[in-house]
Amino acid sequence: MNTKINDFVIRFANVNGSGSASANGMFAKALFRMGIPVATRNIFPSNIQGLPTWFEVRVSEQGYLGRREGVDIMVAMNAETFAEDIDSILPGGYLVYDNSKPLPRELVRSDVHEIGIPIATMMLPEFADPKQRSLFKNITYLGALAGLLNIEFDVITGMVATQYKGKDALIEPNIRALEIGRNYALEYLQAPLPLQVQRSDAVGNRIMIDGNDAAGLGSVYGGATVCAWYPITPSTSVAESFENHSKRLRIDKDTGHKNYAFMQSEDELAAIGIVIGAAWNGARSFTATSGPGISLMSEFFGLAYFAEIPAVVWDIQRSGPSTGMPTRTQQGDLIGAAYASHGDTKHPLLFPATPKECFDFAADALDLADRLQTPILVLSDLELGMNENLSDPLEWDDSRRYDRGKVLSAEQLDGLETFGRYLDVDGDGVGYRTLPGTHPDKGAFFTRGTSRDEYAAYTESPDAYQRNMERLQLKWQTARGLVPKAEINGRGGRVGVLYYGTTSLPIPEALDKLAVSGIHLDTCRVRAFPFGEEVEAFVADHDLIFVVEQNRDGQMRTLLVNELQTDPAKLIPILYFAGLSISADFIDAQISEYYEEHKLARLTEVTS
Amino acid sequence: MTFVSKPRVHHPNLPTNELGLTRRDYEGSVSTLCAGCGHDSVSAAIVQACAELSLPPHRFAKVSGIGCSSKTPSYFLNRSHGFNSVHGRMPSVATGANLANRDLMCVGVSGDGDSASIGLGQFAHVVRRRTNMLYLVDNNGTYGLTKGQFSATNDKGSTSKKGVPNLYEPIDLVSMALQLGASFVARSFSGDKAQLVPLIKAALKHKGMAFIDVISPCVAFNNHGGSTKSFEFVREHSSSVVDADLIFGQPEITADYAEGTQENIAMPDGSTLQLYKIDANYDPHDRIGAMTYVQKMQEQGQVATGLLYVDPEALECHDIMETTARPLNELTEETLCPGSEVLESINQSYR
Ligand SMILES: Cc1ncc(C[n+]2csc(CCOP(=O)(O)OP(=O)(O)O)c2C)c(N)n1
Ligand code: SF4
Ligand SMILES: [Mg+2]
Repeated sequence: MNTKINDFVIRFANVNGSGSASANGMFAKALFRMGIPVATRNIFPSNIQGLPTWFEVRVSEQGYLGRREGVDIMVAMNAETFAEDIDSILPGGYLVYDNSKPLPRELVRSDVHEIGIPIATMMLPEFADPKQRSLFKNITYLGALAGLLNIEFDVITGMVATQYKGKDALIEPNIRALEIGRNYALEYLQAPLPLQVQRSDAVGNRIMIDGNDAAGLGSVYGGATVCAWYPITPSTSVAESFENHSKRLRIDKDTGHKNYAFMQSEDELAAIGIVIGAAWNGARSFTATSGPGISLMSEFFGLAYFAEIPAVVWDIQRSGPSTGMPTRTQQGDLIGAAYASHGDTKHPLLFPATPKECFDFAADALDLADRLQTPILVLSDLELGMNENLSDPLEWDDSRRYDRGKVLSAEQLDGLETFGRYLDVDGDGVGYRTLPGTHPDKGAFFTRGTSRDEYAAYTESPDAYQRNMERLQLKWQTARGLVPKAEINGRGGRVGVLYYGTTSLPIPEALDKLAVSGIHLDTCRVRAFPFGEEVEAFVADHDLIFVVEQNRDGQMRTLLVNELQTDPAKLIPILYFAGLSISADFIDAQISEYYEEHKLARLTEVTS
Repeated sequence: MTFVSKPRVHHPNLPTNELGLTRRDYEGSVSTLCAGCGHDSVSAAIVQACAELSLPPHRFAKVSGIGCSSKTPSYFLNRSHGFNSVHGRMPSVATGANLANRDLMCVGVSGDGDSASIGLGQFAHVVRRRTNMLYLVDNNGTYGLTKGQFSATNDKGSTSKKGVPNLYEPIDLVSMALQLGASFVARSFSGDKAQLVPLIKAALKHKGMAFIDVISPCVAFNNHGGSTKSFEFVREHSSSVVDADLIFGQPEITADYAEGTQENIAMPDGSTLQLYKIDANYDPHDRIGAMTYVQKMQEQGQVATGLLYVDPEALECHDIMETTARPLNELTEETLCPGSEVLESINQSYR
């Protein structure tokens, strides 16, 4: 059998709360440290202990980071899901399991290689404590995999040493459990397997980080001083990351006091209220939530839109309502977020696709919110937020200054004849604001919703209302030019593909697959809403555009039709919404099928 | 309609405070509330308190929810910024404002609908967080702005203007504030300047969560015989009638009574509010005692007024959180951004 190097999908089936996460994480990290590109995916239940959970690692020398269909190696450690786990192995794949108990005959598959390891039996004499036994089971299969897949053993043992630094008593038994597994594989199994890993330099200088962590860190760098939030998966770790990094990076050396405020509020209504109150009073502030929180915050979004208060909101999207599939990924909040709230409201959205972009957008969103004096919603998702992924290293330009937008100082107010909070002085729809307490007798105004004139005086005049609404529309045009531009690639073809956020992950692989069958697509990765001129041009310049997204209703497509008056017929929806992340195989199949059905011309590559 | 601020013509005879400012420098725009509305008296009391304390009139953050009461921050302290936010959510906006700049005086005004119904959760949580602010409820036992529906502070058995009795238990914000950890809790009556102004002054000077429940009759909707928040009700339930300048209809309703005495105030709706002013023997440092006292008085159909509880030593939210003494909104890149070198080592930790 041919040896396949650095190219497989391995899935670990575990029981939630059994301590498998750290062993599985170490597996992925070990390959990463060997320079091999990996993408990790947690598929976990909305539960703390006892339900099935899966961890998938895609190993790809080419650097394909999207999900791939099918499993090559299944590490089946959960009796409850044993049958379906075995079912999901591709023909010719491997089943790694604990054969301390025999495999039920009806589950045996002739097209799958069985690799039985008597883990429980081996643990029995080694660890007296049953808790330890079940914990070290995970480490033991990790050791066995090291042997089976040819993982450099000192990479793993080195990780154990750093992970348990300070808790030295844990290092020795961990190493022992690793060795038990590895020795068994080397002595009793055909190791290494034809599927194996090999040190590579494909990772380059990239780091491995999840999007939420990067977002929290980016908010620290971007100068957020107030974070108010209410726990909800999969967004919680954004706030936690902000706090963790702030605890190290934002403590006053002399006093030990915090140069930030971190407040877990009573609910999302309060979280956004705190953010808006703080931003009104001049602090950079943000919150992180998911769909249900966005629903609750909607009234405040309307107020902030009309009262023109900056706010940054991270929406780490997940599927459906809280009793649906809260721990599955989706891009289902676009329309809800874009037009959230009462009255004529719309909000700029940012769509990060990588952890680095989460970091960058965290700081950019704070700038944009201040510049545009409006809530900015950053739409990430569970896939990006909670899975450790390869990312370009994070960068910060030390010469960068925070853009606090149009805020008048006491000196500037002194130099002004008149001050009108909502006067469009610069013709960009954005007025000048003042912060409370700035000047003894100039610049104070009363913030309310829409019943006000250019000088923030109370009025219910129809003209004043309409003027204000038109100015807000002008501000929206200004936003178009300020939000991150789409990433466009192509060679002037007639057919394109448009995508955003984590849908971008499988795109390079999908394009490679399509190219093999003569389908070449220009690409447009949308990074923000409102759509810039470049998106408008891309849509105009192509006869047909596949809009790939992870929701049922084609929400990005709806926004394109609605905002750009695009002919819906030329926007072909490619929709995946089953809760896992979209795969290249799916995109390839859907687009190929469309080509097939509509007999679209394909190109065969001519190399000159 | 556009409302213009009152002309700032300085009356030569108006007394000036330590800052050389007169009471007019603490006023706001012309009120658009009904003539005689208790809320306007509360605004006037705030103006007087701030002027007498010689506080810089531009160093406030005024925050409110939605309701007639929540409109009032534009009727006092015109030199300070105000924020008429969302119904029931003043506490969170105030929390944020206070987090951003702890040097500003934070004054939150709310209504009984705003705080005891839609905003009860936020009320509870801002109190337990001990945000450093004056939290003032203009309590009229009704939804003024939406035209007279019952509010949750209405006593059981009281009737609405349409004669419908309230079937449910009332929520007493004072009792809740005591239980939830407010370090300053008081109750007063909008018409009793002699009591209200000193209470507001004490609350403004207090560091921490200062809550004042001000019974503030609605002359338009809760001013009939069946309401226990009406002027008449108060007057009739008074045992020792002190000189009170109580006028029905539009003019402001006031009360002036001595410590340790009861004042029955006739509410605009014909009912009477029984106020009992706590006396010098009352110990305002005993939280449990205060809770019992308030409940006992309530049992007797009396409303205890005055400073019910104060703990001058209690920590406020910033102390609890250990935030820097500098206003967060003044921190710049130098303090906030760790820079590229640190980021490089962070990158390394993710390899
Ligand atoms: C979300 C929401 N629901 C309902 C309303 C309508 N509303 C405006 S004011 C108000 C009641 C105000 O009562 P209260 O707080 O007691 O103030 P008052 O007018 O009595 O001073 C209501 C229900 C609103 N503005 N927002
Ligand atoms: S309706 Fe009642 S609460 Fe509102 S302004 Fe009139 S008197 Fe005051
Ligand atoms: Mg009311």
